[in-house]
Amino acid sequence: MLSALLIVFREVIEAGLIVGIVLAATAGVPRRSAFVALGVLGGVVGACLVALFAGELASLFQGSGQEFFNASILLIAVSMLTWHNVWMASHGREMARELKAAGHQVISGKRTLAALSIVVGVAVLREGSEVVLFLYGIVAQGGTSNAALATGGALGLAAGAAVSALMYFGLLTIPAHRLFTVTSGLITLLAAGMAAQAILFLQNGGYISALTNTLWNTSWLLPEDGIAGRLLHTLVGYSEAPNGAQLIAYLATIVLMIVLMRTVGRSAPRPVRAAQPAE
Amino acid sequence: MKKILLATLLIAAAPAFADAPIAVTLQNHKFFPAEIHVKANTPTVIALTNKDSTAEEFDSTSLKVEKVVAGNSSGNVRLRALAPGKYPFMGEYHSATAEGFVIAE
Repeated sequence: MLSALLIVFREVIEAGLIVGIVLAATAGVPRRSAFVALGVLGGVVGACLVALFAGELASLFQGSGQEFFNASILLIAVSMLTWHNVWMASHGREMARELKAAGHQVISGKRTLAALSIVVGVAVLREGSEVVLFLYGIVAQGGTSNAALATGGALGLAAGAAVSALMYFGLLTIPAHRLFTVTSGLITLLAAGMAAQAILFLQNGGYISALTNTLWNTSWLLPEDGIAGRLLHTLVGYSEAPNGAQLIAYLATIVLMIVLMRTVGRSAPRPVRAAQPAE
Repeated sequence: MKKILLATLLIAAAPAFADAPIAVTLQNHKFFPAEIHVKANTPTVIALTNKDSTAEEFDSTSLKVEKVVAGNSSGNVRLRALAPGKYPFMGEYHSATAEGFVIAE
């Protein structure tokens, strides 16, 4: 029961934190619950499919299909997060100027709801497929009482959801005019961490072989498999022993995000029109 | 002459041996061998065969690997060039029994 609890808890908070940030970033946007729910639902369905076809997926691309798939969905999430932040940077500013109500800049996030829905879906899919495989394995082999497993899984789900809710409500206590800045920052770091993780999958799949040298190791200070390490890994992409290519991807994502947010925001006098094609 | 030929063959074959995947089997949620010796500072591939009917995730934070291998199938786990040392790994779905070490030397 304890193992089921722990594994479900771990995966749920990893996906849940991302859902929490997305919910905070879209606070006050009409119909955002529907989009987030759709993302979660899509993620759960996707997770079951990934679990079902785990063997087939793995054998694609000379045995590197799984790594390729993981890297691809992470990079999709990175581009969605980037688009959201850039759009918000340009339109948030305009809305703030026109409406003079800081709370309204957040509401302009309506446009990127679909993108954020995809981010939620990807997060749930990645973590969910592990839960499905784990629980299926336990059920398939029998032995341990299924009731205990179900209890463990349910407790893990509840605990993970509680931590994620804490994160969400914690973010909401931030005054509205600062919330936008905080969520933009969080989304930037989230994207940077995902980019670094994608690089790791590409390295493990044999697609990238350059700059795999470990730069430093802080496992003595903050182990990545501890609870704090895991939380920071999910939120800001903490890695106890990053390698060269990962660090470059991490920094490049942050720099690209900031540059795009500044240039697109400033160079577009009528940003409402400029962002049309993306919808 | 034969000796020289044999020696040449061995030398030529040596790098291939270093690159050959290391076979590891998972059965009854245990790794065999559970202690895997690899050459330090050289990338290695572990060819993991899962003989159990359920999927397992080869998971190691220190090796920076998370690889799902489906039931009754096999998969390659690529290890980066490792500094000499001991690196624990586990099967995440059955961590009570499925555990082991990679020893780079």
